[in-house]
Amino acid sequence: MSHTVQKASSGDAAPTGAVDPRLLVREQGFKGYLTEFKRKVRGGELGSIPVVVGLIVIGVIFQSLDSSFLSAGSLSNVSVYIAGQGIMAVGIVFVLLLGEIDLSIGSVAGVGAALWAVLSVSNGMDDTLAVVLAIAAGAAIGAFHGFFFAKIGVPAFVVTLAGFLGWSGLQIWMMGEEGTINTPSGGIVENLTNYYFSDIAAAYGLATVGVAAFLGSSLLDSRRRRAAGLPFRPVSEIALRTGVIAVIAFVCAYQLNQARGLPLALVIFLAVLLFADFVVRRTTYGRQIFAVGGNAEAARRAGINVEKIRITVFAIAGLLAAFGGLFIASQSGGASKSLGSGNVLMNVIAAAVIGGTSLFGGRGKIWSALLGMLVIQSIQQGLNLLGMASEIQYMITGVVLLAAVVIDSVSRKTQKSAGRT
Amino acid sequence: MSATPVLALRGISKRFGAVQALTDVELEIHAGEVVALVGDNGAGKSTLVKTIAGVHPIDEGAIHWEGRQVDIHRPHDAQDLGIATVYQDLALCDNLDVVANLFLGSEIRRAGIIDEVAMEKRAKELLDTLSIRIPSVRIPIASLSGGQRQVVAIARALVGDPKVVILDEPTAALGVEQTAQVLDLVERLRERGLAVILISHNMADVKAVADRVAVLRLGRNNGVFPVRTTSHEEIIAAITGATDNAVTRRQARTTEAGL
Ligand SMILES: Nc1ncnc2c1ncn2[C@@H]1O[C@H](COP(=O)(O)OP(=O)(O)O)[C@@H](O)[C@H]1O
Ligand SMILES: [Mg+2]
Repeated sequence: MSHTVQKASSGDAAPTGAVDPRLLVREQGFKGYLTEFKRKVRGGELGSIPVVVGLIVIGVIFQSLDSSFLSAGSLSNVSVYIAGQGIMAVGIVFVLLLGEIDLSIGSVAGVGAALWAVLSVSNGMDDTLAVVLAIAAGAAIGAFHGFFFAKIGVPAFVVTLAGFLGWSGLQIWMMGEEGTINTPSGGIVENLTNYYFSDIAAAYGLATVGVAAFLGSSLLDSRRRRAAGLPFRPVSEIALRTGVIAVIAFVCAYQLNQARGLPLALVIFLAVLLFADFVVRRTTYGRQIFAVGGNAEAARRAGINVEKIRITVFAIAGLLAAFGGLFIASQSGGASKSLGSGNVLMNVIAAAVIGGTSLFGGRGKIWSALLGMLVIQSIQQGLNLLGMASEIQYMITGVVLLAAVVIDSVSRKTQKSAGRT
Repeated sequence: MSATPVLALRGISKRFGAVQALTDVELEIHAGEVVALVGDNGAGKSTLVKTIAGVHPIDEGAIHWEGRQVDIHRPHDAQDLGIATVYQDLALCDNLDVVANLFLGSEIRRAGIIDEVAMEKRAKELLDTLSIRIPSVRIPIASLSGGQRQVVAIARALVGDPKVVILDEPTAALGVEQTAQVLDLVERLRERGLAVILISHNMADVKAVADRVAVLRLGRNNGVFPVRTTSHEEIIAAITGATDNAVTRRQARTTEAGL
């Protein structure tokens, strides 16, 4: 939330008395950008810089090794594959903002998918109702973890470690008779990752609406700030930002249309990201999550119901885990005993951290779920294209995760020393 | 000075496990008055403040607000009454910016959404009226100095238009200039008709701004003195535990002061 410091020309809110020379008045133009950027980097506020740089590096390396890496089909696949684990990663961002961890989400995803399959496929329940129940069960499981953490005081990683084991037991038990239950074609779950809006107007329309919404809200915000005599973003800066976003959005839309069109999975993932980002940044609930993650005692003294925040955040993580589980089921053709096991948990946590959300609580962005997932998925995609075995993928993903955690730890240290306490 | 105290503590006791932190403590404070609360380390000053603020509910005794008995179980109860507290351990969120900290727990909303513009504007006005200078209201608290954090914490207490402001050792970590600023601030609060409870180790600060001094010793009251007619030494004697002689003198004085 960095705003250009530029005084409103109206001058009615001009500060009385001399201006303190230490005030951070950002110069205008690109030189100003550079100084602000340097200040942030020195202060340890790296944000999403490392991951964006990482994505570019990954793109360049794999593209030079295999020219089909950035092909429309490959990019289209990535955009579908990131949805399931990406939605789970959004839940993990919530938990990380709180300064906690949830090790159970892989199992919860498995339970969610198993519950849906047993209800809808095996017992003929209404498909929509079964989907809703599966997601609700995820939320209930998360709230259950949150209860033990917030009310009883059991460390979150222990509660969710127990959950990891317990829920995967339940999943295997539920899948017991069949072992796997295939998704019926034409159902909701089948469509999650297999439906594409093939009309090219869909992808371009979504890009247009997104860019217009960004531009409109930026201009509106800037105008309100200007009217209130506060520092505001100049129009040139808004135009630049909108331009960058527009290029990305329309290139993506073009590529998707070159392949099979706009994937439903991507639309849902983006909707989850937007909604979660709104909750986290614009509502008091989101502000309270940051406060509890930054200093729980301060939050409590500010009158925030810390226990409620903790329980609901774990419920959100559980809900999104179950929802993500349905995507994984859709992608792999059905629910199974092993859905959500293996490297799902690690991928999801790694995505949030690689995307720039701190493991130490209170710092991060919902969008890191998308950025981190893109890094992990494009590494996997690239290595698949090169025909590398999955053990190599594990090792490389491990190294990337370690790098992300190192960046997080170092930037936290720099922040501490920059704060002259 | 009004007849009914805005806040009155009657026989407050508080225990932490084996530690009897407060025993039968009495304290009254009126609107437009600064009461200094002094005592040795561990005397129970911070604990007393936290009971008033709802951080630690009291075990025994009663709290009266404008003459009527009230229950304070949670920080929210105290805030709703109009009690604002600046804790010794400042209780700010390092990861949030100055505006977010000022309004934490009482965000301004527009159609259910946090109104950042209104909050930033009010934050600037508030900091301006208090003559508080910080680099930017949009930088995280983590990058402010100790003194800057203190003034932000005090400003934060004033956001909800409280009637009673409690400051727990607000000047302990400050330099000369910033201490003077905080003391000016305390006087401005009194002029506005607020009641201020000021905890301090510094007798010069106490003498400069307080109307009365209440002494705590080992979790009990040890006298309330009017500042103007009491010497430094007498207050110190009450803090450190006085000789027999001083005890009688002090008791004479407290009855004189109309306790
Ligand atoms: N949360 C707590 N748990 C246990 N003991 C406490 C707690 N808070 C304060 N105490 C004890 O209560 C006594 C008074 O402490 P405190 O109110 O901090 O003193 P002061 O602020 O006057 O220096 C001390 O003996 C301290 O150890
Ligand atoms: Mg203390």
